[in-house]
Amino acid sequence: MRPDRPWAAPLLSLAILAALLLVWHALTRPEAGQAAVDPAYAALVGQAAAAGGQTPVPGPLDVARQMWLHLQDPFYDRGPNDKGVGVQLAYSLARVLSGYLLAALVAVPLGFLIGMSRTVYRALDPFIQVLKPISPLAWMPLALYTIRDAGVSAVFVIFICSVWPMLINTAFGVASVRQDWLNVARTLEVPRLRTALQVVLPAAAPTIMTGMRISIGIAWLVIVAAEMLIGGTGIGYFVWNEWNNLSIANIICAILLIGLVGMLLDAILARLARLVSYRE
Amino acid sequence: MSLFRNPFDPAARLSRGCSCGRHASQAEHDGMPAAGAEALQSRAVEGAVMRALFPQDDLRRRFIQAVGAGTALAAVSALFPLGAAREAFAQSSGPLEKPKLSVGFIPITCATPIIMAHPMGFYAKQGLDVSVVKTAGWALIRDKALSGEYDAAHMLSPMPLAISMGAGSNAVPWTMPAVENVNGQAITLSMRHKDRRDPKDWKGFKFAVPFDYSMHNYLLRYYLAEHGIDPDRDVQIRAVPPPEMVANLRADNIDGFLAPDPVNQRAVYDGVGFIHLLSREIWDGHPCCAFAASRAFVTGMPNTYQALLKAIIEATAYARDPAHRKEIAAAIATPNYLNQPVTVVEQVLTGTYADGLGNVRNVPERIDFDPFPWQSFAVWIMTQMKRWGQVKGDVDYAKIASEVFLATDAIKLMREAGLTPPESTSKSFSVMGKPFDPARPEEYIAGFAIRRT
Repeated sequence: MRPDRPWAAPLLSLAILAALLLVWHALTRPEAGQAAVDPAYAALVGQAAAAGGQTPVPGPLDVARQMWLHLQDPFYDRGPNDKGVGVQLAYSLARVLSGYLLAALVAVPLGFLIGMSRTVYRALDPFIQVLKPISPLAWMPLALYTIRDAGVSAVFVIFICSVWPMLINTAFGVASVRQDWLNVARTLEVPRLRTALQVVLPAAAPTIMTGMRISIGIAWLVIVAAEMLIGGTGIGYFVWNEWNNLSIANIICAILLIGLVGMLLDAILARLARLVSYRE
Repeated sequence: MSLFRNPFDPAARLSRGCSCGRHASQAEHDGMPAAGAEALQSRAVEGAVMRALFPQDDLRRRFIQAVGAGTALAAVSALFPLGAAREAFAQSSGPLEKPKLSVGFIPITCATPIIMAHPMGFYAKQGLDVSVVKTAGWALIRDKALSGEYDAAHMLSPMPLAISMGAGSNAVPWTMPAVENVNGQAITLSMRHKDRRDPKDWKGFKFAVPFDYSMHNYLLRYYLAEHGIDPDRDVQIRAVPPPEMVANLRADNIDGFLAPDPVNQRAVYDGVGFIHLLSREIWDGHPCCAFAASRAFVTGMPNTYQALLKAIIEATAYARDPAHRKEIAAAIATPNYLNQPVTVVEQVLTGTYADGLGNVRNVPERIDFDPFPWQSFAVWIMTQMKRWGQVKGDVDYAKIASEVFLATDAIKLMREAGLTPPESTSKSFSVMGKPFDPARPEEYIAGFAIRRT
């Protein structure tokens, strides 16, 4: 990339966005030509059905209007089934963070132990390999049945899906610390615990952070699906509830918000990763 | 029974009366409009006090004749705080074990009494703080009810039977104290099929029903089988949660569904489908959804259960009146409950609706609300479970029906809500012209040509 034109990339992004919006607008324009229908009948059905068609997919202007409504009052609370989009996002974030932090509490120490010993690493590897690819949603019925609480089940599902990348990356990072550094520590007769905390941990930190960054991405992906299943609160429930109302404009708003929050979470983790990175 | 007779009326007898017990004679019972629930409650309290003061009815009558009803009332009120007693009774039959309850519902019009009881204050009137929680599907509502997260829930009327019998879940004693609605379902087909109205042309169709253990499943199967279509071999029937049905119909993923409203009306509203047939044309007066609770809740918290059931039955009585339907539609169409355009819910509840083919139809009986859990309904449902192989072996129809469909509580509370409960707990009816005798379920099953037994 040439550094003399820093505005080129953002400009191109804007152009792509404008092109996408134009195509979207063109594709979703309502068709002209109204079929003549009895006015008493037309009053009972939607605008499109009265003209003999189906309700169309909303265009960018409908979505923008809807988004503006949501952003004007994001934190309203009108009873257990009707809360603002900000409140729903907060519920989802709280679930994701609690499941994710629990997973980190388990995965990092456990990964450390596994990484320190080749035998344990080999012994546990088959279990990890089998459990890792299971879709977190496949755990949901089991979780609901055994835990008997929908909220805790959602947190459990986040936990179980974010634990593996962290565990594997921690173990890998710890196992691949340069042998020279461990030898130096041994030569200086540093106690084992101190070696672990002052040599191995900083050395493995970038790998561990990579695992944590992958995990938060997965956790945010999964929470939407999990909340669509358990209902009640959260941005996933919001999507489900608007699906129930067949309000595609609201669903597109939610999709945009989910993307933005996911990007934000990833950016925070990337910033943290930069703090612990080092140059050899 | 003479519970609601005016005890200050010298002509009245407190020991004999009409069939419901509210009137001096059977003729008066037949001719008199039902009085308000509060007035009846007050009468019941006054009656109890007077019976306690005058164990011999003759003595009471002579006393009132001698001094006059007004003086008697004043005298008794001076001796006994009648007003306080009336109030105490009106509040509840005893202290509530658990005033904060959680009740799950699926966002469909069948749940109208459960939902509207919240915004319209029927729960609050019984001293209950109920949060009604929207739930994503029937399997989830079952699991949340089984796990105790919900104290009671909106279920499909076959579900309490299936749960009690252990079909599709572990057997847990479950009860159904009240039916929510009768009728109110419809078969909706995709607009593509508007020229294929004869069920005989439906081979290869993909249909959706809300749940395997639902009246929708049994009614659709019954309807298809009566037209010679084998519901297991000639068509595909799959369970799809009601909110997802219109989206699936629009995507041509299914050809049609037998679904609860407002799903049918919503398909019309969006120009995706048309209403082929209302379920009342299959069986007029069929039950659909139910108010259900575990036996543990019913026996462990009797006062709370009574108060909750009373709220539901009063809400059902209110919903029954066609004059209230518009007001109810406006109250439950909001995002907090059904989350639908008001006109869609209104068309369902009032029965003046667009059928999707350009006609406005007027069927006031499209949906109705009747809380009485007829035990013969339970028997019919079990015959269909057996017919389609959902339960195997011998079924003790009458026993399960009486254990799950709690008719006695409904009779008592319907009376208190100013409704007239039926004399017996069983009635016969016919489905698509074929009469059903609840006393002979096995013969009924054997009478079908298409069955899995």
